[in-house]
Amino acid sequence: MSKVVNGLYYTNTHEWVKVEDEFAYIGITDYAQHSLGEIVFVELPEEEDSVELGVEFSAIESVKAASDVLSPVSGTIVLVNDDLEDSPELINEDPYENWIIKVELEDKSELNSLLSADEYKEIIE
Amino acid sequence: MKRTALYDQHVTLNAKIVDFAGWEMPIVYSSITEEHQSVRNNAGLFDVSHMGEICIKGKEAEKFVDYIFTNDVYSMVNNQVLYGMMLYPDGGVVDDLLVYKFHKEHYLLVVNASNVDKDYAWVTEHNTFDCTTSNESDNFSEIALQGPKAEAILQKLTSFDLATITFFTHQNVNIDGHMCLVSRTGYTGEDGFEIYSTSFDIVELWQRILEVGKEDVLPIGLGARDTLRFEVNLPLYGHEMSESINPLEAGYGFWVALEAGDFIGKDALRKVKEAGTKRRVCGLTLIDKGIMREGYEVYHNNQLVGHVTTGYKAPSTDQVVALAIVDKPYDKLGTELEVDIRGKRKKAVVIKKKFYSKNYKK
Repeated sequence: MSKVVNGLYYTNTHEWVKVEDEFAYIGITDYAQHSLGEIVFVELPEEEDSVELGVEFSAIESVKAASDVLSPVSGTIVLVNDDLEDSPELINEDPYENWIIKVELEDKSELNSLLSADEYKEIIE
Repeated sequence: MKRTALYDQHVTLNAKIVDFAGWEMPIVYSSITEEHQSVRNNAGLFDVSHMGEICIKGKEAEKFVDYIFTNDVYSMVNNQVLYGMMLYPDGGVVDDLLVYKFHKEHYLLVVNASNVDKDYAWVTEHNTFDCTTSNESDNFSEIALQGPKAEAILQKLTSFDLATITFFTHQNVNIDGHMCLVSRTGYTGEDGFEIYSTSFDIVELWQRILEVGKEDVLPIGLGARDTLRFEVNLPLYGHEMSESINPLEAGYGFWVALEAGDFIGKDALRKVKEAGTKRRVCGLTLIDKGIMREGYEVYHNNQLVGHVTTGYKAPSTDQVVALAIVDKPYDKLGTELEVDIRGKRKKAVVIKKKFYSKNYKK
């Protein structure tokens, strides 16, 4: 059974969002990392790049294939998790601890369109 | 969707099941890397029952097989296995296959699952010889036991001396009470066997091999099957070799007997050889970061010169490598090229396409 952490926002494309004031950390869910299998590479965006709700900002490569990661919110990237460059497997080990980017939110009302932990649980069941 | 006789075993072993050529097949049980390493270091067991088997029997069986097969069938001794291709008249590949010789009036063709119907139609269409063809695919189940410990594991289940089955030969063997056709062949670059039996016998064989192999053997899904064959430059039909990529372009001229016999496609290939191929399958490694995948375009100074046919981060070496079909002269070792990875040009360089050395027992 895949882990879902309470208090985070989720998307039906299996990203999670953790909001801290005007900022959001974004990563992929336990369900997503489990479906992908071993992650061998994460294509990271650059700081100061802008992200847009529903548009891909990163690609995660498992042994078999590449999968896009879509941004659940719009805003500007203020921090990229560089650890993933050399250790992409960190996402397999703890997908909720190992976020991919930190974004300064452009429009907090976008969060209303995201799923709660309970709603997300229903999707992956 | 079709299922092999081992489908329930895969489900019990928690395999992730995918659609492959109309079959519900296991793509991974535990992890592709773990399964891959098990075959390189110990052993692995594959369900390859989806492969097709076509039987050719009769007075002119030898003549007929030689007519449709690129390799030299007349050179084969009884109980030998030979790799080669069936070609279209223009030199494009119908399929790549193994030919098993029992005697000169009885052969078995083992073909790719995705091509069984096409191949059988091709074979029957060209059979103007005094022999019969039958599609026996539903009557055969097949497993492959591969890896440096394959022989030791299989030997525990039979009194037949497996050492007498030399590289690319086959024998009828009683394994744990089940009659099987066993050949020392495979698709991993490691020593090992391919084992054919009935759908009834294969289930117990599968279970017994996993039982006696203990921690030395893992069930292996299609995911690792592909990374294993890729690392040792064994082609996959539809990727490195296809209707539009002929065997010479694929670098598989060794299995095309242009000097012997007479087979469909020979004239076309001879012309290709005389004129020289315009492109070749070559190896690439990435200098920039990323992973090269099938279909990605390859450039030289903004000029499109080819595309990737298979690409991975090779599990045995951790190197990002790919096989790609590239126009000459950009296929030369050391040539710097660019690969378009999702809209970004990344630097790559041409390297030898054997990313890992084969460990056959010959």
